[in-house]
Amino acid sequence: MSFLENNLLSMMMLIPLVGAMTLLMIKGQDSDDAKLNIRAVTLLCTILVFIGSIILWYNFDNSTADYQFVENYAWFGDTIRYHLGVDGISMLFVVLTAFLMPIVILSTWEAVDTRLKEFMIAFLLLETLMIGVFSALDIFLFYVFFEGGLIPMFLIIGVWGGANRIYASYKFFLYTLLGSVLMLVAMLWMVLESGTADIPSLMNYSFSAEAQTWLWLAFFASFAVKMPMWPVHTWLPDAHVQAPTAGSVILAGVLLKMGGYGFLRFSLPMFPDATNDLAWIVFGLSLIAVIYTSLVALVQSDMKKLIAYSSVAHMGFVTIGIFTLNQQGIEGSIFQMLSHGIVSAALFLCVGVVYDRLHTREIDRYGGLSINMKRYAVIFVIFTMASVGLPGTSGFVGEVLVLFGAFEYNSWVAFFASFGVVLGAAYMLWLTRRLIFGDLVKDDVKAMPDLSAREMLMFLPLIAVVFWMGIYPNSFLEPMHKSVEKLMTQTSVAHTATHKE
Amino acid sequence: MTSELPILTAAMPEIVLALGAMVLLMVGVFSDKKKAFDITNKLGMVLIVLVGIVLLTQVDASRQLTFGGMFVSDSFAIYAKVLVLIGSLAALFMASRYLQSENIARFEFVVLVALATLGMMLMISANNLLSLYIGLELQSLSLYVLAAINRDRARSTEAGLKYFVLGALSSGMLLYGVSLIYGFTGTTDFDLLASSYLAAGDNLGLIVGLVFVMAGLAFKVSAVPFHMWTPDVYEGAPTPVTAFFAAAPKVAALALFTRVVMGAFPTLSTEWSQIIVFMSMASMLVGAFFALRQTNIKRLMAYSSIGHVGFALMGLAAGTVGGIEALLVYLAIYLTMTVGSFGIILTMRRGEKMVEKVEDLAGLSQNNLPMAIAFAVFMFSLAGIPGLAGFIGKWYVVMAAVNAHLMPLAVVGVLASVVSAFYYLRVIKVMFFDDPATPFEPVESRSLKGVILVNALINSPLSYFFLIGPLVTAAAWAAGAFA
Repeated sequence: MSFLENNLLSMMMLIPLVGAMTLLMIKGQDSDDAKLNIRAVTLLCTILVFIGSIILWYNFDNSTADYQFVENYAWFGDTIRYHLGVDGISMLFVVLTAFLMPIVILSTWEAVDTRLKEFMIAFLLLETLMIGVFSALDIFLFYVFFEGGLIPMFLIIGVWGGANRIYASYKFFLYTLLGSVLMLVAMLWMVLESGTADIPSLMNYSFSAEAQTWLWLAFFASFAVKMPMWPVHTWLPDAHVQAPTAGSVILAGVLLKMGGYGFLRFSLPMFPDATNDLAWIVFGLSLIAVIYTSLVALVQSDMKKLIAYSSVAHMGFVTIGIFTLNQQGIEGSIFQMLSHGIVSAALFLCVGVVYDRLHTREIDRYGGLSINMKRYAVIFVIFTMASVGLPGTSGFVGEVLVLFGAFEYNSWVAFFASFGVVLGAAYMLWLTRRLIFGDLVKDDVKAMPDLSAREMLMFLPLIAVVFWMGIYPNSFLEPMHKSVEKLMTQTSVAHTATHKE
Repeated sequence: MTSELPILTAAMPEIVLALGAMVLLMVGVFSDKKKAFDITNKLGMVLIVLVGIVLLTQVDASRQLTFGGMFVSDSFAIYAKVLVLIGSLAALFMASRYLQSENIARFEFVVLVALATLGMMLMISANNLLSLYIGLELQSLSLYVLAAINRDRARSTEAGLKYFVLGALSSGMLLYGVSLIYGFTGTTDFDLLASSYLAAGDNLGLIVGLVFVMAGLAFKVSAVPFHMWTPDVYEGAPTPVTAFFAAAPKVAALALFTRVVMGAFPTLSTEWSQIIVFMSMASMLVGAFFALRQTNIKRLMAYSSIGHVGFALMGLAAGTVGGIEALLVYLAIYLTMTVGSFGIILTMRRGEKMVEKVEDLAGLSQNNLPMAIAFAVFMFSLAGIPGLAGFIGKWYVVMAAVNAHLMPLAVVGVLASVVSAFYYLRVIKVMFFDDPATPFEPVESRSLKGVILVNALINSPLSYFFLIGPLVTAAAWAAGAFA
């Protein structure tokens, strides 16, 4: 076991790379055999990584806040090390990534046919980078993975996207890059000031209060764009609408979580004073996001746009939870991120299913799907309910914990945040009403076949997880407890004294 | 000064190269006209490798002065010379096929490259304002001729002339500055300048002289506001010549710049660092914004090189040993990115003619995926996206700037890099997102393919595990010369 424990994370990052190399060696990509091979190799790799992530979770020790599965080697320069490891906060994100990837690959089985090899290579690279972001314990390594992910995603949106894909891919790339170069300068300053690039050591280093404010703002610029928070969220609807289904799933499922993860990993433990001082910015922006983008979602006529705006609103909940700085709030926000990762990914897959059949995302072009696509209707409603936060589904637990945390922090924040729950129900149910129910009048919609076995196969695990998270959330919350407690002690410098109203 | 023979071992690489260049000239003149280029080209590459080997035998030697203190050989010089030799070797490797198909395969090309390389090595080792000038002029004169080597084509001649006139002007400024410095201090020796000079306030003439020298040097590295010649010369000169221009001379001139300000005027660092901060900022901004509207790939690379010089100067602006180390790391990586990019540009041939528009790359990923991937690697690397080697260079120079409390410079730099990312992305967009145009002619030259492959591997994420560590160590060793 020790070999595995010492190398598991690297292996999980290496497998997709090996897969990508293998794909490069497959000759041609236009024959059916070659296509099958490409898909099979990719699926196999992602499943192997998923098995790795199960081993990771199974062997994860819930009783400690220490980093586990640590790999730490000198790399270059004096300070930069190849340092990987997971704790209770990051472990489940690694599992989430590994879990979503095989499903994503399954979803592209028929949808993507052109330049398949490059598509699969881009996804495998992306998987490596995403796992890297959540397991990096060196600030340099983190930045490389965090930013490196832009390259494959840029290509995925730009090559396989919709009509306006070039605009969307540029916007995605430049927005995110602009946010994070400021973080780069901040990181360099931190490395020079503290003499280490090691994330756990940086957490123990106390920066001066003035420096913290600047550093916090620089990191905020990056993570707020990545989250995305209002008003820098505008790249997200564009990227989602133009990206191919698989791209949207990964974007909503994993990439959006990097912002929240960044707050938890950097902003809170490293700049506790600034976090306490500047939390009002986050609350203000988050509340606007929750209410405003929910309202915007109500008037969308494009399915993907609607779900994209709902993502922004849900991420608003996440940031509120994170900055309440209490156990429920933070655990709730992590849970909400995991739940949103599953649910929004599933919703985008649902959109992809009907898009594959009718090639439009206009909500008005559909209607009455419950009559001819019964299985689809059931699945869609399940995920809608999870998104709304119906008790028994994953969405409920996260929202309730975040609201508990918010009440403990400030009842006004909780009061306004609750509006988001109501509005969320409104736009999701309105979408369901128009898409699933009503009369089946349009001929081309009538002709749409119900879910195939492959499509059922990709939804079933998602449904299982949604209910698992909703009915027994403790299996997800337990690994977090110790790490979140440690995080709280790191951030509680000034917290207990103020902010109780 | 003693009448003994100077120590020749310190200058052995230069001596070998000088003699070799003369032999090359003889071989070229006396061999069969048709074979002359082939023979000299091969011999030229052998010569450069040989010089490299001689150079590497000196790695362990400590700092050596010779020729009455005019010439210095230290770790910094060895590091920069290795880069210059790599740049020249790559230029010779890539050039042959192109020159032959354009009917300009004259053996003089090889001889001129060898002489320019010699000039660069002298520049790097200059320890006196006069040896500096000799090296610089040897290099520049060779480059003027190289720019105009396609003498039957108006553009090439124009590029050569433009380069010559502006280059002569900058040499004039430099010489004027040298004369002022000599007039106000009584010496041109770097070591004496460094040790004798006391404070800036009481010697305005020296400052003026230094400013003139720096203006002349800024011209050579094409830093704003002395960058005007770059796009025209890059565009007009034959592509292999441009590839040579963009790589080795930039390295040599920046090394020289470093040698002058750090070696001769360390006491004036508060004065010159202001100038460098300005040039660095202005170069990054001009490089980023002016490139946005370029449609010619060579002009685009010219503005890109201006931007990169700005980044490299950021390391120098810090004025610390760490800053020099960052500069050296940056230069090494920049060299590989540029050589690789120009390697790809050399493959852009359609119907016996070179094409140079960015649009001509349309759909390259579908016509020639490996080439498109290689170019994408270079573009992302030039943009400084993490995961590729270019990011390491950016990381180190920005770190140096932050360390020297030049926070505005660092912020301007990273923001400019976002703007420049836009046009690098445009190249990638054209290659990957647009519909394919007529394919380029297949690349026959195996050496060209080899150069592209090697540089792409150097810039790929693999380098993080194999190359960056040794490179950083080497750069730290080289920067130690100024400790």
